[in-house]
Amino acid sequence: MQNILEIDGISKSFSDIQANNDISLYLRQGQIHALLGENGAGKSTLVKIIYGIIKPDHGSMILNGKLYDPNTPEVARNEGIGMVFQHFSLFESLSVLDNIILGQKGNQKKDSILERLDDLQKDYDLQIDVNKIVATLSAGEKQKVEIIRCMLQDPKIMILDEPTSVLNPSEVEKLFNFLRKLSKQGMAVLYISHKLHEIKELCDTSTILRNGNVVKSCDTADVTINELAQLMVGRAIDNKIKLSEPKQERVLDIKNISYTNPDIFGTSLKEIKFNVNFGEIFGIGGISGNGQTELMKVLSGEVGLNDGNQILYHNEDISSLDINERRQREIVFVPEDRLGHSAVSSLSLSENLLLTNLWDHNFFSNGVIDTNYTDEKTSEVIEKFNVQCNASGSLASSLSGGNLQKFVVGREIIKMPKLVVCEQPTWGVDVGSASLIHNYLIEISNSGSTILIISQDMDELRSICHRIAIISNGVISKPYDAKRITPADIAIEMAK
Amino acid sequence: MDLFIAIFQGIIIASTPLVLAAVGELVVEKSGVLNLGVEGMMIIGAVTSFIVTYETGSHFLGLIAAVISAGLVASLFGLLTQYLLSNQVATGLALTLFGLGLASLIGQTYSGISLDTFPVFDVYLLTEIPIIGSLLFNFDYLIYLSIIIVVSVYYFLNKTKLGLVLIAIGDSHDSAHSLGYSVKMVRLFAIIFGGSCAGLGGAYLSLVQTPMWVENMTAGRGWIALAIVVFAVWRPLWILVGAYIFGVLQLYNCTYRLLV
Amino acid sequence: MFKLEKKETIDQSSFYTVPLIAIGCSLIFVFILFLLIGKNPVLAIFIIFIEPLLSIFGLSELVVKATPLIIIALGLSIGFRAGVWNIGAEGQFTIGALFGGATILAFYPTSGIWILPLSFFIAIIGGVLWAMIPAFLKARFNTNEILVSLMLTYVAILFLSGMVYGPLKNPDGFNFPESRLFHDSGTLPIIFPGTRAHIGFLMALLLAGLMYYLLKRHKFGFHVKVSGESSRALVFSGKSTNYMVYLSFIISGAFAGLAGVIEVSGPVGQLVPAIPVGYGFTAIIVAFLGRLNPLGICFAGLLLALTYIGGEAAQIRLGLPNAITGVFQGVLLFSLLAAEAFTNYKVSLKKMRGNF
Repeated sequence: MQNILEIDGISKSFSDIQANNDISLYLRQGQIHALLGENGAGKSTLVKIIYGIIKPDHGSMILNGKLYDPNTPEVARNEGIGMVFQHFSLFESLSVLDNIILGQKGNQKKDSILERLDDLQKDYDLQIDVNKIVATLSAGEKQKVEIIRCMLQDPKIMILDEPTSVLNPSEVEKLFNFLRKLSKQGMAVLYISHKLHEIKELCDTSTILRNGNVVKSCDTADVTINELAQLMVGRAIDNKIKLSEPKQERVLDIKNISYTNPDIFGTSLKEIKFNVNFGEIFGIGGISGNGQTELMKVLSGEVGLNDGNQILYHNEDISSLDINERRQREIVFVPEDRLGHSAVSSLSLSENLLLTNLWDHNFFSNGVIDTNYTDEKTSEVIEKFNVQCNASGSLASSLSGGNLQKFVVGREIIKMPKLVVCEQPTWGVDVGSASLIHNYLIEISNSGSTILIISQDMDELRSICHRIAIISNGVISKPYDAKRITPADIAIEMAK
Repeated sequence: MDLFIAIFQGIIIASTPLVLAAVGELVVEKSGVLNLGVEGMMIIGAVTSFIVTYETGSHFLGLIAAVISAGLVASLFGLLTQYLLSNQVATGLALTLFGLGLASLIGQTYSGISLDTFPVFDVYLLTEIPIIGSLLFNFDYLIYLSIIIVVSVYYFLNKTKLGLVLIAIGDSHDSAHSLGYSVKMVRLFAIIFGGSCAGLGGAYLSLVQTPMWVENMTAGRGWIALAIVVFAVWRPLWILVGAYIFGVLQLYNCTYRLLV
Repeated sequence: MFKLEKKETIDQSSFYTVPLIAIGCSLIFVFILFLLIGKNPVLAIFIIFIEPLLSIFGLSELVVKATPLIIIALGLSIGFRAGVWNIGAEGQFTIGALFGGATILAFYPTSGIWILPLSFFIAIIGGVLWAMIPAFLKARFNTNEILVSLMLTYVAILFLSGMVYGPLKNPDGFNFPESRLFHDSGTLPIIFPGTRAHIGFLMALLLAGLMYYLLKRHKFGFHVKVSGESSRALVFSGKSTNYMVYLSFIISGAFAGLAGVIEVSGPVGQLVPAIPVGYGFTAIIVAFLGRLNPLGICFAGLLLALTYIGGEAAQIRLGLPNAITGVFQGVLLFSLLAAEAFTNYKVSLKKMRGNF
């Protein structure tokens, strides 16, 4: 079988981030080729280049033996590339048939489309009731509509971006059967995923990306899941500061959190159970999209739990308390997004300090903001945590990512809180600032604070945590000793 | 019987401007835009059609003037909201205020003048049919046109691809955009269409209903048209129902005031 | 192909330059308009914009007209900052006028200094209740508050009409559809003898000062600010988006209701069906023109009041129709929106990159 698509030395950078660095990949007819990597590894960038959404800085592509340089997705489609995105472009209030018609160019007769749908159904077992309204469909059925839209264009290459993130096991099985049928008929499939188990089952070839580079490209049969995990995830880093031993006293006791996410693209939490000890740094790892955001929202109180007795803090049931009531108990939160969630870019640093201190009467007298006190505290944070900025009055938007994150973290830990709950605390932060943030966290943990850190950076977790658990599909694993967890353990837990 | 026919005709005549304005706004809202400037576009249509008809003696030219002038004003709204991304609510209100003011200004010298009555349909044989004849066939052609427009809009939205695209854009402009559809252009055309219809509705007031120009003669009908669109749950055929109900209310209101 | 990209930082000077550019453009437009209809433009502009400011009477009328505009706009600005669109202020104004006026009429002919404050209180409650309807529907069912509040305006006006034609009609009034004239205890004191300028204006200024202080220094202002920037940050700070919806409608309903009772107990002096003259809509322009800022709103309110007064003067002196006011206000708002677009966004020429 010959190469249908050759990608040679593709590079692409955005500002100072090298998203793709000299990437080469070869796709053969009839091949199911996995594209693996963590978030930020460069998978989406590469795929956008193939589909004509972005132009590469360097490198070239050859499709069907000819030079391939698409300016728009339409060109890509005309050349026979079909793409099923992770987020669908569907019209909820319209029927399946209408959605399919809208996905086609020109004015095709309804009858001819129905006829072709019939053929697709026969050949590939793609069954769907075309008169149903899309809003009533399950995630798997919605994906089927997107697949049908693709198939009607007669593609030679099919790209799927994290297709199983919204499917249940039987739907996954059906999808795999479909893809195998496609591959038998000569279609090339590019399968983007981080689910190692599935990749081993379905894909014959794998290309692993890490930090914008191709780490390895091989036949899937020649590697074990462990090896794939290691390639994807990387190696351990030495500890910076010595961690002190946590006490055996329980600070946080998560009994049994179950949460059904109203959004189909979100993850539901299933019977989450774990506990954290006094002075411990407890990590929850896993690729993002497996329930981390939901867990964060539940722990902070932004999302309420129906049943009580699910979150115990120093033996007090805080399950029904709102976020400020939790803050009053010296619990602090640092969510993932510093633009628009943990901080507001158009507000000053002083105003951003107030954001998480509205419950603290020291900042107010009769509801009026004490600007002197606020500015004082802000300056303290700026000084103590090395935040490079002009003054407490600087707008958050004028700070670099690393500095803003130092501020956001510092704003919380300057209060010497009893419990810190943070999510991706060093995401998008320069190495120097990340290192400082890690040291701050370790310092306060040594002085008696307890830290719960949710992160998809396994290096980070292994370097600063006492124990680590992995969250996958809304289920949390048993905790592992951070010094003893192996890439194999991680891979196994992530594949569940 | 004659009274019944007269009332029936009165209702239809009172409702037609509402039908026209509402069906136009329905198309706009289906594409995902809210144009609060209906009142302004109606009155612009009313004044320009009156002036042109008075100066040229042709009702038809007056109607063309209404369509063009209201369409122009609507395109101003469209440009501001779609291409300059200005706030829809504020822009629509500005349109209403501006339209009302401008209409009063240019209509100043034409206040109180009356025109020839608008030609009424007189299909020879059909009007002879007892009762039904006078009931259904004794109207001016704008009334028939309004019904044709409503049916056409129904057909357009439900049976054509372009209509489907418009509805899709109103459903999710992001999805439409990623599928390659030109959201802004489609919306701009919808807005201009809505404006032209509102203009026709206004023209009906000044050329047919009371063939006279009076300042602010739309008297809030633009706002009622907005309500009718909601009442009809954004379905074209129900616009007729809603408009005729409001037409009854309007007629009742007028007669009540006359009698009391 | 033109493409608008949001600018990274909006320079502070645009706060002043945008309204000034808008005013400038509108004046130019109106100047040309006057030329086209054959009136002396310089004279017209003088009569409309300058002359009212040259006499005590003119200034007092300015103040009378500006009062309801400023009060309503202050209330609306809170919601607008947070993205909550109360378009039914006209209706809340009407209900406030009705409730307040009915209270005053209820105590005829008793005199007492408590009558006015009581009627203000009742009017505010009326405005708030009327505003709660779109608020509740939005919070609970996510309905479009623009359409609901707008349609309720119509209902409010009919309600007022019905009451004035019916139960509230003046028994000694020859059957005209109007209520009794309010007695002394139900009339606002005048601050400049010989004019119609009443204490309502002082109340408006007080409210503006209060609002300015609250927005700048109080927790409440902080919530409003955050809500306008990011609803996720609002939730993170401990308040829900429904909180903002209710708060916005309560405040704008209360302010509109207050403006209503001030208007009837001040310049109008009774209840008539024609109480609602569009202040609730014009106040929206005032709010935008004033950049949603209390100080700006005061200036914008005075400017728009000037266009009303000047427009009336132009009607009498130059035979210009009153409509010129509407044209100017409409053009002013258009220019403002266009000017704002150009200061907030960079216009750049970009090669068409496909539709993604």
